[in-house]
Amino acid sequence: MAELLYQRDVYGKTLIELGKTNKDVIVLDADLSSSTRTGLFAKEFPERFFNFGVAEQNMMATSAGFASCGKLVFVSTFAIFATGRAWDQVRNTVSYNNFNVKIVATHAGISVGPDGSSHQALEDIALMRVIPNMNIIVPCDGPQTRDAIFAAANNPGPFYVRLGRAKAETIENKGEFKLGRAQELTEGNDVAIFACGILVQEALVAAGELLNKGIKARVINMHTIKPLDRDAVIKAAGQTKGIVVCEEHSVIGGLASSIDEVVAENCPVKTLRVGVRNRYGQSGEPGQLLKEYNLTSFDIVKAAEKILSK
Amino acid sequence: MQPDNLKIKELEQKAKQIRRNIVAMIAKAGSGHPGGSLSATDAVTALFFSELRYKPDAPLWPGRDRFHMSKGHCAPLWYSVLAEAGFFPKEKLMTLRQLGSMLQGHPDRRTPGVEVASGSLGQGLSVGLGMSLAAKIDKMDYRVYILMGDGEIQEGNIWEAAMACSHYKCDNLCAILDYNGFQIDGKTCAVMNLEPLKDKWLAFGWHAILIDGHNMKEILSAYAEAKTVKDKPTIIIAKTTKGKGVSFMENVCDFHGRAPTKEEAEKALEELK
Repeated sequence: MAELLYQRDVYGKTLIELGKTNKDVIVLDADLSSSTRTGLFAKEFPERFFNFGVAEQNMMATSAGFASCGKLVFVSTFAIFATGRAWDQVRNTVSYNNFNVKIVATHAGISVGPDGSSHQALEDIALMRVIPNMNIIVPCDGPQTRDAIFAAANNPGPFYVRLGRAKAETIENKGEFKLGRAQELTEGNDVAIFACGILVQEALVAAGELLNKGIKARVINMHTIKPLDRDAVIKAAGQTKGIVVCEEHSVIGGLASSIDEVVAENCPVKTLRVGVRNRYGQSGEPGQLLKEYNLTSFDIVKAAEKILSK
Repeated sequence: MQPDNLKIKELEQKAKQIRRNIVAMIAKAGSGHPGGSLSATDAVTALFFSELRYKPDAPLWPGRDRFHMSKGHCAPLWYSVLAEAGFFPKEKLMTLRQLGSMLQGHPDRRTPGVEVASGSLGQGLSVGLGMSLAAKIDKMDYRVYILMGDGEIQEGNIWEAAMACSHYKCDNLCAILDYNGFQIDGKTCAVMNLEPLKDKWLAFGWHAILIDGHNMKEILSAYAEAKTVKDKPTIIIAKTTKGKGVSFMENVCDFHGRAPTKEEAEKALEELK
């Protein structure tokens, strides 16, 4: 059994690492520091941690004030609040100024589970992706979360890093993490499967099942949604018979849309989307919800076969 | 270098010049917000020519006092003051709102002296909060001044920030509220009543000073008082007249967001001689 890690545990620990070497790192939260794990940083560096209470809009606009004074600001809350509640503050006061603000949001996607629809961000990637200057990373597991946080810290400008609530299975042998550079996890020229977040693991399981049927799938971890690795998309479109895109997000506006835009403009090929189809979430255990919303390896296999049947 | 501090009579003259700039640049642009620019002119003029520390030739000098205009639609006032203070040549003022100009319809960082964009209301007090807390972390003694509009404080974000500024004891922060009593749709008391205004800020843990926002002596003494307050932020509630200085603009709601015609501008500039 592979290692299981909470991405947010890794986030909290990585913040401490960063805080030790860079005194300009400051961390903001809005009454969720125990859930997002920014509380770990708060314990270590209380003078550089600020809790704003249940007031995400103020927190987000305040991050801009800090950044204007040279601070490297990490802002955390749940994905639904960071990107929805405070969207105007992100657009006009953080990203328009191209400030060094790193929005690291947890509890994204349907796998939030029992809390239900109000807490399941299925639109957050779409909301952040339309904003100029914004960079977006969706790490697939615990170790990649550390890579994502370092990439956000070491590159200028605003970032949105999307983390989940549940434990994620560590994926071995991904190769080096480079911002904006996709990771090819399996080789194959029959069908390409692009995925991000916890659906990368589902994609790998699907590729295994496809292989049993004699189908070679190229699984690509698209951890950076923006800037998108266009070359990986164009290459896959040219070398395979079609593309499946998997994400724990609405099929509107997220990774699938990003890839479809590149495909439509450069290399028309059949693409199918495994994502949430214009629905709200609901309560349930993460595993049950992934099934209910057709986000499992089974659904990915079906999509891949559909592409090859044409 | 920073211009020398002006005395009251000189400040009044400077404010008049700034009002002339505002009228002229909005008339040239053909659109813009004269009413709230003119009402806040005296408080902002006093700030830049008697209170703030800054270096116009080094706008990002770390020791600078911070000024941020949360009510971004009054950009013509900000630009005019910055030009008068030497941040950029005054000729640039006449490029307001033109394609490619460094003077956008609402403020952004392409203007020397503007550090944070504004225009979407209700966010500037939070920006000031971040600057204030950064000063405390860095043990810097600069002060933070935030200009807000009265209609603007109907935004919920303002009250989130108001709560946080007092929670974090931001005594290096001074907010200035341009209380001219009008917003786009009419009188604030009719559109969405703000009263009891001073009591609200007191209840949120602020030190509040109510002044005549067109009386230089009262403005200067309010800024001086704000600097003596410990462990809490200060708000100066400046009672003002919308469109102040131009008779036919005063308390006329239409001039919140309408440019004067060529004839109106000439008449206004005549009055501001």
